[in-house]
Amino acid sequence: MVDTANPFIPTQYRIQKVLGETYDTFTVELVPLQDNDGFSFLPGQFNMLYVFGVGEAPISLCSDPAIETSIKHTIRAVGTVTSAIQRLGRGGVVGVRGPFGTHWPLDDAKGNDVVIVAGGIGLAPLRPALYQIFAHREKYGRIALLFGARTPHDILYKHELERWRGRFDVEIKVTVDSAINGWRGNVGVVTTLIPGAQFDPLNTIAMICGPEVMMRFTIKELQNRGVKTENIYISMERNMKCGVGFCGHCQFGPTFVCKDGPIFRFDRINTIFGKREI
Amino acid sequence: MRTLEPFLAEHPFLKDLAPEYIKLLTGCASNVRFDAGQFIFREGDEANNFYIIRHGKVTIQLFAVERGAITIQTIEAGDILGWSWLISPYICRFDAQAVELTRAIALDGKCLRNKCELNHDLGYELLKRFSHIIVQRLEATRLQLMDLYGAHK
Ligand SMILES: Cc1cc2nc3c(=O)[nH]c(=O)nc-3n(C[C@H](O)[C@H](O)[C@H](O)COP(=O)(O)OP(=O)(O)OC[C@H]3O[C@@H](n4cnc5c(N)ncnc54)[C@H](O)[C@@H]3O)c2cc1C
Ligand code: FES
Repeated sequence: MVDTANPFIPTQYRIQKVLGETYDTFTVELVPLQDNDGFSFLPGQFNMLYVFGVGEAPISLCSDPAIETSIKHTIRAVGTVTSAIQRLGRGGVVGVRGPFGTHWPLDDAKGNDVVIVAGGIGLAPLRPALYQIFAHREKYGRIALLFGARTPHDILYKHELERWRGRFDVEIKVTVDSAINGWRGNVGVVTTLIPGAQFDPLNTIAMICGPEVMMRFTIKELQNRGVKTENIYISMERNMKCGVGFCGHCQFGPTFVCKDGPIFRFDRINTIFGKREI
Repeated sequence: MRTLEPFLAEHPFLKDLAPEYIKLLTGCASNVRFDAGQFIFREGDEANNFYIIRHGKVTIQLFAVERGAITIQTIEAGDILGWSWLISPYICRFDAQAVELTRAIALDGKCLRNKCELNHDLGYELLKRFSHIIVQRLEATRLQLMDLYGAHK
């Protein structure tokens, strides 16, 4: 675990494995350079990953929380830090601060149906939640995972999705925004999967992560099905610097997205949600 | 043969439609089946039907010479396929192809159009339902156009 006394000091981790997910997205498995007590985190939390001499970016933890000897992050190379991590490759060393932020409401969800709606890289912070649900499957009602990607080439965790699909206790639906011939799956935005998904709206906890526009329309569609606003949770991924509520970079009014979020109950955040800039 | 009336009466798309209209629709309805790969209609065809999909999956495609057939939407059991029958010039705007064995109820749009002209209440009821579908498709298309998951999200 990272230095909790000083959340600004990164701990060094080595990139043990790199797995290509799509043409611009990859997963790194990190192990500490020095022995430590293991890294424990809750599904939905994130780390600040630091590339020495380059900078830092918040990246969600995407591994199984039950495994503490190594951690995984799925990263889309979009800018300075994320591309630098990609260039480091296997054997490279990064600084890790974390875990930070709030987590998905897996305890509150017990006894309920769970619908998970993910768009693009938004599946990464939801994967630990799925691992945990599967580990305690009997505690939950029906589980639906609805995942939207840009094209069939952008689908994350393909093998894992296929494996999960083979289970008889979870409904997995994947859709892409467009496809050329050869794709036999769904085409259409992820919101179109909601009307047909199997869950009891009155007893459902919804967890959503993706671009904000996608989350906005997803919330509307879930509400149309009758899911209560207080049972909808979203992950707000706004720009961050310190990650611990000091710098104000992610602040909106009294709310710090890094500390009070990134996971919010929707009815507690709907005044901020959809705001152009924080 | 079992009549299609109970199926139509229970379908969410036709929910709350007066029984006499359900009867009338039943008169224009027939069971159809498409094999995997079979085209249900092609862009430019006369749009004389719409379909309530009972089972299977249908892709809506647009053909571009440089890119081939691009699937822009899939339609599954419970969904409605085709709205061009209701809007002049009654020409199909896209290709529709069954991806797998698909069973559907075909409704004769040409016959319904005539009935709607004679009975505007029926016309209004159907238009309300189809405009809902058209708005949903428009909203989905706008989201697709935004390329939400592109690099500059
Ligand atoms: C809580 C949280 C969790 C997150 N989890 C993940 C995760 O698990 N995986 C993941 O990949 N990301 C995640 N992100 C997003 C990630 O932190 C951001 O994408 C971050 O900005 C990446 O840093 P960077 O230095 O690589 O990109 P930056 O250089 O900061 O670029 C960020 C964006 O700006 C655009 N940009 C960069 N340079 C330019 C330019 N010159 N002109 C125009 N646009 C430009 C890029 O295309 C990119 O979209 C998370 C964010 C938060 C807040
Ligand atoms: S990132 Fe510094 S206060 Fe939130």
